[in-house]
Amino acid sequence: MRSIIFSNFSAFDTRRLGATIDVEHSHFRFLGNMTLNLWDCGGQDVFMENYFTNQKDHIFKRVEVLIHVFDVESKEVGKDIEIFTKSLSQLREFSPDAKVFVLLHKIDLVQVERREELFKIMMAKLQDVSNPYGFRLTGFATSIWDESLYKAWSSIVCTLIPNMGQYELNLTKLQEIIEAQEIILFEKTTFLVICSSNNGKSAGQLTNKEGLDPKRFEKISNIMKNFKQSATKLKSQFKTLNLNDNLFIVELSSNLMIFVVMTPQKSANDAGLIQENIKRARVHFQ
Amino acid sequence: MASFDQPVLLSEPDDDPERATVLLMGLRRGGKSSICKVVFHNMQPLDTLYLESTSKPTTEHYSSLIDLAVMELPGQLNYFEPSYDSEKLFKSVGALVYVIDAQDEYLNALTNLAMIIEYAYKVNPDIHIEVLIHKVDGLSEDFRLDTQRDIMQRIGDELLDLGIEGVQVSFHLTSIFDHSIYEAFSRVIQKLVHELPSLENLLDNLVQHSRIEKAFLFDVNSKIYVATDSSPVDIQTYEVCAEFIDVTVDLNDLYENDTSNLKCSSVLQNGYILTFHKMIRGLALVTLIKDADVDSAMAIVDYNIEVFNDALKEIWKKSIVHPIK
Repeated sequence: MRSIIFSNFSAFDTRRLGATIDVEHSHFRFLGNMTLNLWDCGGQDVFMENYFTNQKDHIFKRVEVLIHVFDVESKEVGKDIEIFTKSLSQLREFSPDAKVFVLLHKIDLVQVERREELFKIMMAKLQDVSNPYGFRLTGFATSIWDESLYKAWSSIVCTLIPNMGQYELNLTKLQEIIEAQEIILFEKTTFLVICSSNNGKSAGQLTNKEGLDPKRFEKISNIMKNFKQSATKLKSQFKTLNLNDNLFIVELSSNLMIFVVMTPQKSANDAGLIQENIKRARVHFQ
Repeated sequence: MASFDQPVLLSEPDDDPERATVLLMGLRRGGKSSICKVVFHNMQPLDTLYLESTSKPTTEHYSSLIDLAVMELPGQLNYFEPSYDSEKLFKSVGALVYVIDAQDEYLNALTNLAMIIEYAYKVNPDIHIEVLIHKVDGLSEDFRLDTQRDIMQRIGDELLDLGIEGVQVSFHLTSIFDHSIYEAFSRVIQKLVHELPSLENLLDNLVQHSRIEKAFLFDVNSKIYVATDSSPVDIQTYEVCAEFIDVTVDLNDLYENDTSNLKCSSVLQNGYILTFHKMIRGLALVTLIKDADVDSAMAIVDYNIEVFNDALKEIWKKSIVHPIK
């Protein structure tokens, strides 16, 4: 899934990936001033053994986030959990402040009705085993074949952004000024959600219209990522989009995209005005 | 998608000479049902692995610019049994699409095809015969052309032996895992649209006067294009335009705006503009504009496309009053 989120692979392309040998390091610049160092640890027993013995201080030192991925189809759940607790105990020793995320992956292979139940059971169990180590878990059920992957990664990345409060404040103000139904901020290359105007308290009543799809953020990430892919066929990159003079996607800075939806009755005649407003807002998001 | 024009209740196909019918034939396990599901039902190509074998002829109706019926025949059927009314069947169809599995031994299929052509041509000399050399995704690039050449050669010989010449047979290399199947179906269906020359003329006019690079008239549900302007079709441009339909429809669905007058435009980094305009009868016009100033270009394009839409309505009205045979 690293390839999908960060390297523009399609879900179909991931079949060609080989096994990861030892640890594959990669780093991504995110929002300009932030660098994510991603350590993709190969999961074969030989490597695993190594992580917990010889390399343990190298691996577990100064960890901000642990993302532990469980295969829902795995036959050896007991062994999987054992490895998980092993890493937790190392983590407590070397970086006790790390945030722990658990992804129940390949959920697409489970029948739709059973997913919720399975996820609850598994999370309860995992929280149980991690309690002695003092970690609070955040869990997601994910699949590379739908938008759930974007939701998980979006939440993970958001916990790492230092000046989140500022973004939210600015966004809420902008929303009030242009009287939008909803505004969402995306990171430009990955199209992960940074924050939305729904998070703000004052904007709450204005935007929290019932009946909107609760998964819409992830779906937009997914749709736009696909469209970005297809734009490469014209040897170009996506810049702006305007749907019915009502829904706008515009570049806000060199690493942010902004997504604005106007209330239907407000739009139509002042598309130019809205675009001008967004242009003015750029200064505050640099 | 539910918000788009849905086909109204349709009468029996046989009593309705106006409906263009496409007959889908081929040996068993050739991939006929998969084609139908992928093109007309938006099924994911990988899911078609689990389709059951089709046991009886099925007909489905689609209402777009033209009314279209796709009839699918099971592969193992013997068409020449006297109990089966094949004469009536072949008389009523506009195009016969024969699917050949390119990954399998195809000699049997060719003999079968030649027999069908001989019969169909005798009954209905106006029939369009289209051969899909299917499942080419498993073949290497060089091998595809070799296969096509081999099949064309053998069909030609077979027909010569049977003593029929002058039958127009078109060949298409297709796969459901890329856009080639849509491209092939677009070409098949375009042959059945009587108004095609006027449509192409209209599009040419539109393109010339709006600095548009390429314009496609799409059926929104199936992403088949019923017409395009006369410049050559670049498969990549087609793919981007088809995917732009998805973007527009999906984004619009999320916020449930009314779809009566849907339009969308997107600007790319190198100055290309993609536009989507909803037309009558579940159609959409998707255009690619090059090197233009966004604001001024869009005003002209919007206006011209409105004129184009009016013209479409006119044509459609006429063709109902005076059915063209």
